[in-house]
Amino acid sequence: MTSSPTDLTAARAVGSGTGDTAEAPAASAAGALPAGAGGTWQALRHDVGAMLGLGYIVLVTLVAIFAPVLTSISGWTPYEFDQTAIDPDLGGMPIGPWGGMGAEHWFGVEPGSGRDIFARIVYGARVSMSIALSATLLTTVLGVSLGLLAGYFGGRVDVVISRVMDFLMAFPALIFMIAVLSALPASNRSALLVVVISAFGWPYLARIVRGQTMSLAQREFVEAARAAGASGTRIVFREILPNLRSTIIVMSTLAVPGYIGTEAGLSFLGVGVVPPAPSWGQMIAASVKWYAVDPAYFVVPGVCLFLLVLSFTVLGDRLRAVVDAQEGR
Amino acid sequence: MSEPLLRATHLVKEFPIMGTGGLLRRPATFRAVDDVSFEIRAGETLALVGESGSGKSTTARLAARLLDVTSGTVELDGEDVTALKRSELNRFRSEVQVVFQDPYSSLNPRHTVERIVTAPLVYQQRTIPGGPRAFTRSLMERVGLDPDHSQKYPAQFSGGQAQRIGIARALAVGPRVVVCDEAVSALDVSVQAQVINLLRDLQREEGLTYLFIAHDLAVVRQIATRVAVMTQGRIVEEGDRDSVFGAPRHEYTRTLLDAVPRIRPEWERQRRANAGRS
Ligand SMILES: Nc1ncnc2c1ncn2[C@@H]1O[C@H](COP(=O)(O)OP(=O)(O)OP(=O)(O)O)[C@@H](O)[C@H]1O
Ligand SMILES: [Mg+2]
Repeated sequence: MTSSPTDLTAARAVGSGTGDTAEAPAASAAGALPAGAGGTWQALRHDVGAMLGLGYIVLVTLVAIFAPVLTSISGWTPYEFDQTAIDPDLGGMPIGPWGGMGAEHWFGVEPGSGRDIFARIVYGARVSMSIALSATLLTTVLGVSLGLLAGYFGGRVDVVISRVMDFLMAFPALIFMIAVLSALPASNRSALLVVVISAFGWPYLARIVRGQTMSLAQREFVEAARAAGASGTRIVFREILPNLRSTIIVMSTLAVPGYIGTEAGLSFLGVGVVPPAPSWGQMIAASVKWYAVDPAYFVVPGVCLFLLVLSFTVLGDRLRAVVDAQEGR
Repeated sequence: MSEPLLRATHLVKEFPIMGTGGLLRRPATFRAVDDVSFEIRAGETLALVGESGSGKSTTARLAARLLDVTSGTVELDGEDVTALKRSELNRFRSEVQVVFQDPYSSLNPRHTVERIVTAPLVYQQRTIPGGPRAFTRSLMERVGLDPDHSQKYPAQFSGGQAQRIGIARALAVGPRVVVCDEAVSALDVSVQAQVINLLRDLQREEGLTYLFIAHDLAVVRQIATRVAVMTQGRIVEEGDRDSVFGAPRHEYTRTLLDAVPRIRPEWERQRRANAGRS
C-alpha cells in the first residue's frame, strides 16, 4: 500500500465537507454515455445499412400481414389459374416479356399454370416469415432457459444439457430434418417445420448464453443477491437475464436469416411447405426447370429471399457492433 | 460482559483441488480456513487482516453464510445458523448483510439504484416501508447520495458513490451485522476516508456491528475495535486494536506492521484529537 497517514489526514479535511463534491463531475461525465435500448437505437439510426435492412424487413412483414388486402387490390389470389396469360402452344410460356409482367399480373405469371406470382410472393412472405419468426422465438426461449440453467447451476444439470447440445450440434441436422419431414404426414407441416428447425437450432444460442451466465455468476452482484436472500431461479431471471439482453437480441436477429434459408431449402427439396400453399423456396424450386426460357420466374422469389436474408444479417451484424462497442467501454 | 452478537467457532473450509478427483476417488482438498474462531459483540468492529490468500474472504463468506462450512459453527445471538437451509435463512439474511470489495462488480449494471437497494426486501418478500420511491430516497440520503439519482444505473456513478449504493443496499433490511469484505480497498485514498467515516457514523448512529476485512493496516486502525490477524487460514493473533498495533505478540503481526509505513506520532495525536471532536 502506498497510502501514508499524512495522505489520510489531508483527505479527511477534504472529505469532511459535502462528502461527494469530488465525485460528482465523474458521475455527470459517465451519464453522457447512454446505456440500454435507447442508446442502441440512437447509434443504429445513423447506420444506413442497418436502416435499409430494417426497412425491408418491416416492408416484408407488412406485406405478409396485409396479404389478403394486397391480393384483393391486385385482383388475383395465389391459387387462381389464368389460362389467358399463358401460351399453350409454347408449352405454357407466359405471354409477354419478363414472364408476363404487366398491369394485369404485376410480377408476371407462373409458366404452365398461369398463377399470379405477386399473389404467391405475398402469401409466400406470410409462410416464410411466420415459420422463421416462430422458430426464432422457440429457439430463443429454449436456448436462453437451458443455457441459463446449465451456466448457473452447473454440475449435473450442466453435464446433461451440454451433452445434449454437443449431440445436436454434431448431428447431421439437414439429413435428419429431410428424413423426419418426409416420413411424417403432411398435415400441419408448418408447425412441424418450426419444431424441427428449433430442435436443432437452440444449442447455438444456449452455448453462448451458458458461457456468459458462467462468467456473470462469478460477479459479486450475484453473491450480493444471494446474501440478500434470493433463490436460485430469482437470481437467474432477475439478476443474470437482464445482463444477457443484448446478446439475446443480437443472436436472435442473426438466427432469423438461417431459419428463413432452412425453410426455403426444405421447401425447395420438397419436404417443407406443402403445395399448393406458396413459399419462396418452393417457387425457386419450381422455377429451376424454366430458368432458361423464363428467368423472371426465378429472379422474383430469388431476389425477395436474398434481400430478406441479407437484411437480417446486416441488421444483426450492425446491432452486434453497436452492442459490443457499448459493452466494451 | 455482554454475550457476543456473532460468534464463529472452529470454522473450517476445504475446497476441492481442481483435477484431482476421479470417478471413485475423492478430490484432494485445500484448507482455505483452518480452525478459525472469533466473537464480535454488538456495536463493535472486528477487523480481520492478513495478506492476500490468507483466507479472509472465505472466512467472511462463511460468517455471512454465503458458503457452507466444512465444519464448525456460526452463531448469531446464540442461535446456530450453520445448519439452516436456504429457505430458513431469511431471518439471518435480514440481520447479517455484506458490502463487497468491487463496487461495480457488486452492483447489477442493468438495474437502477432503486431496484438495487430495494432488492433485498423484495427477495425476502417483505413490504417496502413507504413505497420503493420514498424508501430509496431516504436510504440514499442516509449514505450521502443525491436522492434524485435513484433512477440512474451504477455505471453513472463514481467508485465512491457506487460503494455508497452497496452500503445502502446492505442497510435496506435493517441489519445488525455488516460484513465488509475489503469494502474500501478498491477506492482512492481520499474516497476511502469518506467511506470509512460513513461507516463509522452509521455505526455510532445505529449501533451496527462490523466484521471488517482489510489488508491495509492504516484503514484498520481507523475503524477497528478489535483486530484479528490471519495467515494461511489461521488466526494467529487477536486482541484490542491498540494492543495488537502497539505490542504485537506474534511474529507474523510484526512482519505485517513492518511492511507498512510507520504512523508518525504527530499524526497520531491529530487523529485522536479529530476522533475526540467528531
Ligand atoms: N471457490 C474456491 N475454490 C477453490 N479455492 C478457493 C476458492 N475460494 C478461495 N479459494 C482459495 O482459498 C484461499 C483463500 O482465499 P481468500 O479469497 O479467502 O483469500 P483472501 O485472504 O480474501 O485474499 P485477498 O486479500 O486476495 O482477497 C486462496 O488460496 C484461494 O485460492
Ligand atoms: Mg478477499
